[in-house]
Amino acid sequence: MTDTPPHLVVIGNGMAGCRAVEEILARDPGKYRITIFGAEPRVNYNRIMLSPVLAGEKTYEEIIINGQDWYDDNGIELISGDPVAGIDRAAKTVTSRSGRAISYDKLMIATGSDPFIIPVPGKDLPGVVTFRDLDDVEKMLAAADLGGNAVVIGGGLLGLEAAHGLSLRGMQVTVLHLMPTLMERQLDEAAGWLLKTALEGRGQTILTGADTAEIVGDGKVEAVRLKDGTEIPADIVVMAVGIRPNVALAKEAGLAVGRGIQVDDDMVTSDADILAVGECVEHDGNVYGLVAPLWEMCRSLADGLVAQPNGYRGSVTSTKLKVSGIDVFSAGDFSGGEGCEDIVLRDATRGVYKRVIVKDNKIVGAVLYGDTADGNWYFDLLKKGEDIAEIRDALIFGQAFASGGGAALNPIDAVAALSDDAEICGCNGVSKGTVMACIGGGAQTLDAVRSGCKASGSCGSCTGLVENLLALSLGDDYAGERDVKPMCKCTSFTHEDVRAAILEKELKEIPQVMQELSWSTPDGCASCRPALNYYLLCAWPAEHKEDPQSRFVNERMHANIQKDGTYSVVPRMFGGITTPNELRAIADAADKYKARTVKVTGGQRIDLFGIKKEDLPDIWADLNAAGMVSGHAYGKALRTVKTCVGSEWCRFGTQDSTGLGIMIEQMTWGSWMPHKFKIAVSGCPRNCAEATIKDFGVVCVDSGYELHIGGNGGIHLRGTDLLCKVATEEETLEYCAAFIQLYREEARYLDRTAPWVERVGLDYVKSRVVDDDEGRRALRARFLHSQKILQKDPWAERASGKEAHLHQHLAEIRPFAVVGA
Amino acid sequence: MPHSALWLDVGPVEQLPALGARTLPVQGGEEIAIFRTANGDVYALNNKCPHKQGPLSQGIVHDNTVTCPLHNWRISLATGQALGDDVGCVPTIPVKIDGGRILIGRKEALANAA
Ligand code: SRM
Ligand SMILES: Cc1cc2nc3c(=O)[nH]c(=O)nc-3n(C[C@H](O)[C@H](O)[C@H](O)COP(=O)(O)OP(=O)(O)OC[C@H]3O[C@@H](n4cnc5c(N)ncnc54)[C@H](O)[C@@H]3O)c2cc1C
Ligand code: SF4
Ligand code: FES
Repeated sequence: MTDTPPHLVVIGNGMAGCRAVEEILARDPGKYRITIFGAEPRVNYNRIMLSPVLAGEKTYEEIIINGQDWYDDNGIELISGDPVAGIDRAAKTVTSRSGRAISYDKLMIATGSDPFIIPVPGKDLPGVVTFRDLDDVEKMLAAADLGGNAVVIGGGLLGLEAAHGLSLRGMQVTVLHLMPTLMERQLDEAAGWLLKTALEGRGQTILTGADTAEIVGDGKVEAVRLKDGTEIPADIVVMAVGIRPNVALAKEAGLAVGRGIQVDDDMVTSDADILAVGECVEHDGNVYGLVAPLWEMCRSLADGLVAQPNGYRGSVTSTKLKVSGIDVFSAGDFSGGEGCEDIVLRDATRGVYKRVIVKDNKIVGAVLYGDTADGNWYFDLLKKGEDIAEIRDALIFGQAFASGGGAALNPIDAVAALSDDAEICGCNGVSKGTVMACIGGGAQTLDAVRSGCKASGSCGSCTGLVENLLALSLGDDYAGERDVKPMCKCTSFTHEDVRAAILEKELKEIPQVMQELSWSTPDGCASCRPALNYYLLCAWPAEHKEDPQSRFVNERMHANIQKDGTYSVVPRMFGGITTPNELRAIADAADKYKARTVKVTGGQRIDLFGIKKEDLPDIWADLNAAGMVSGHAYGKALRTVKTCVGSEWCRFGTQDSTGLGIMIEQMTWGSWMPHKFKIAVSGCPRNCAEATIKDFGVVCVDSGYELHIGGNGGIHLRGTDLLCKVATEEETLEYCAAFIQLYREEARYLDRTAPWVERVGLDYVKSRVVDDDEGRRALRARFLHSQKILQKDPWAERASGKEAHLHQHLAEIRPFAVVGA
Repeated sequence: MPHSALWLDVGPVEQLPALGARTLPVQGGEEIAIFRTANGDVYALNNKCPHKQGPLSQGIVHDNTVTCPLHNWRISLATGQALGDDVGCVPTIPVKIDGGRILIGRKEALANAA
């Protein structure tokens, strides 16, 4: 006993356990006699390389870290395939499953984590696997040999690596992810979207917001059913939704356990003779699921045990995804927050998105997609807490640029120093020489350069460089930025630029627009998001996916918010005509939902005030039942078509203004616009419907219909301009549809028709709507096409349960009921 | 995780729409709005704009701010402070996510409650 060194027993033959032993041996090879228990029947291998093994890029032999000779050479006894079943702290022994009892002087727990299994029916069916060890990989490979469908639950690092491997092995892969973006803990929305698009491009199906209800199968896995009822066929299901520190042994032995086994800075547990290390521990409230922190823990453990304690201080982590050809990097905290500034660079041609988050002149986080070369450099600056004030301007371009003096120069000297064949615009391959020649040839503005040589005409990320070149060659003659303002502070593009790009590049989703057009913020702002949502809806009615979170509250709730947070409800009354039945239904609804005010609006219909957001779907259902639809009194959309009584009753009436108004409203209701849009039809020039202050007004005369446009009775009163006169109701409808569509396609978001017509000129509108017969018909056809798809009653959709969460509280807190619960 | 002395469990995190909010009335107290940002971060604030009591839960969420639906003040979700030129502050409530559940600070949530 006196000669034999003390006995160190290690539970867990994984990455942390073996590394800790290596660190101890490196400091003092003779200090302990060592026994390692491993549940897996094999030597220590590199767990993170299981992904390349699954993908077929590596073999098991290639990922072994310590072969049997390492154990032999260091006199370590490896007991593999026989997990420890219990710890007796009083007797200082451990007992294995096979009954082997061994005493220890020091015990080290390194049991890692267990995959988390979501508790849904069918979770135990054969064919449901996790992704943690070599056995799991072998099961997946066996399934892949048979081909078919694989469903991976979990769109985090592990799930995506499993999906990638199975897809390379020839399976049809669907990834189900609960959250709206992939890898949301590591990536922001923009990068998550790029990743999703890239994976879909490789043939995987990615379903976000997918909540698994059940794994279906008779005797083995056959499909996965989601809470929304969707069923996805599956020959194998991989659960990769997360891990839980493996603390069972420690807990049973009575050690202090929180989320993990609690340890101090030297990795000692609440029992001085028991250490713990790796994913199973909790240090200072943190648990880790990556290897870098484990290496640091292992060093501190060995220092504490056999040398000078140095004390573990916690780790900052960074992540890389191991999917070949897709480069993703993230580090630190990217959630923003008080005092944080984002520096964003997007290069659509190269598919690059970089975001560095800076606080008090220090990097606190970074998300890189597509070009991760500088990931480690940012991570290094982050960990060291380096002051980056000096290199801030060049930071986002990476280490080479920032340390090459880019920051020391002023930006104009910097472009002056570029050689003539240096590339300025990557999208269009335009060199500095070409841009200079274009400026020399008379292009004195950014727009002129864009049309002259195409530089900065595509993604816009080189706009700054081009402007510097303009300043360089024109000196004081350069007038500076364009007088047309960018859409908002998130972009250098104007509304028109953005709309043109949406069509040209066929952009269909908000994050795609932001990426392609180099948005300088991660997720836009309250001013650009609603505009983009509208532009996409207008450009691609059939493909448009509504983004409720990019709508102003009224359009999201389909009701007008009031100053006390209740809502007002206005059902549509086509042409201002109603019936006793409709009025009865409105009266009943007003009683039932306790409308505090019932008002006749200036738009010839009835407004019910003071409705609670929880009651909205019910009141809509009641109004729907009486045949009424939403009046869109809340929308940048068609509001009302106001009419007068017309030839039906009025002694001066020349035409059926009421009937025509109803026809127009039936054609146009439900259409979204850049701003609200109002129409009126008056039966004679006495104009009782006030048609000449509407966006589109019709004044009936004996010989036909005068069509008026661009009126506004709001903040700035503007009478209409006469567009033209037509002979029939059909023509009136055709011109109306064409005019609306031109406005929809070309006005800036939040421009009413009045300022828009003033800007583009009446002649322009006439040239498109009156003079160009074919153009007019095409405009009308596009309007009707869009209406065919989007003319839906949003109330009916909501009343039948869509977006129910918007109307219900998450929960309710009743203080007395809760106490003691 | 169940209720504890310090924390109240108010539901699963997936019930919060990304870039959106849900509300939580407190009997006898101030209604709470729970927000989720694009990054998946969750914040809780009183559902009352410091300007004129607008329901912040109905605003547009971007980065980690919300723009009030009534008159467009921008409020920091982290601190409750009005941003830009506006001055005012709305109380925040501590939130954490544990095992997919949203937990909010019991004491702060019940402040002023009967
Ligand atoms: C209800 C109503 C007043 C009434 O009791 O009669 C009304 C109520 C509101 N109007 Fe109006 N306007 C109403 C007819 C008008 C009219 C008259 C008309 O349409 O014949 C005008 C002037 C005509 C025009 O628009 O050209 C009018 C010009 C405005 C404006 C200024 C628009 C402008 O371009 O300058 C605003 C502000 C805005 O839209 O940004 C506005 C905004 C509003 C808002 C939506 C304020 C808001 O954002 O919360 C009010 C909503 C109250 C609610 O909760 O329902 N309302 N508003 C009328 C609803 C008509 C309907 O049935 O849909
Ligand atoms: C597919 C995959 C890819 C990954 N990719 C990355 C990556 O790219 N980057 C990164 O940083 N991290 C990655 N990780 C995470 C990384 O592998 C872990 O952080 C690391 O392995 C944790 O080390 P550990 O020693 O704590 O746990 P483990 O390596 O899991 O070792 C624990 C060992 O203890 C054994 N054990 C458990 N209970 C007992 C018992 N009672 N008796 C005996 N033995 C027991 C287990 O069988 C296991 O072998 C990946 C993980 C997986 C599964
Ligand atoms: S005039 Fe002003 S106060 Fe009256 S409804 Fe219109 S917006 Fe509100
Ligand atoms: S109440 Fe919020 S901005 Fe006015």
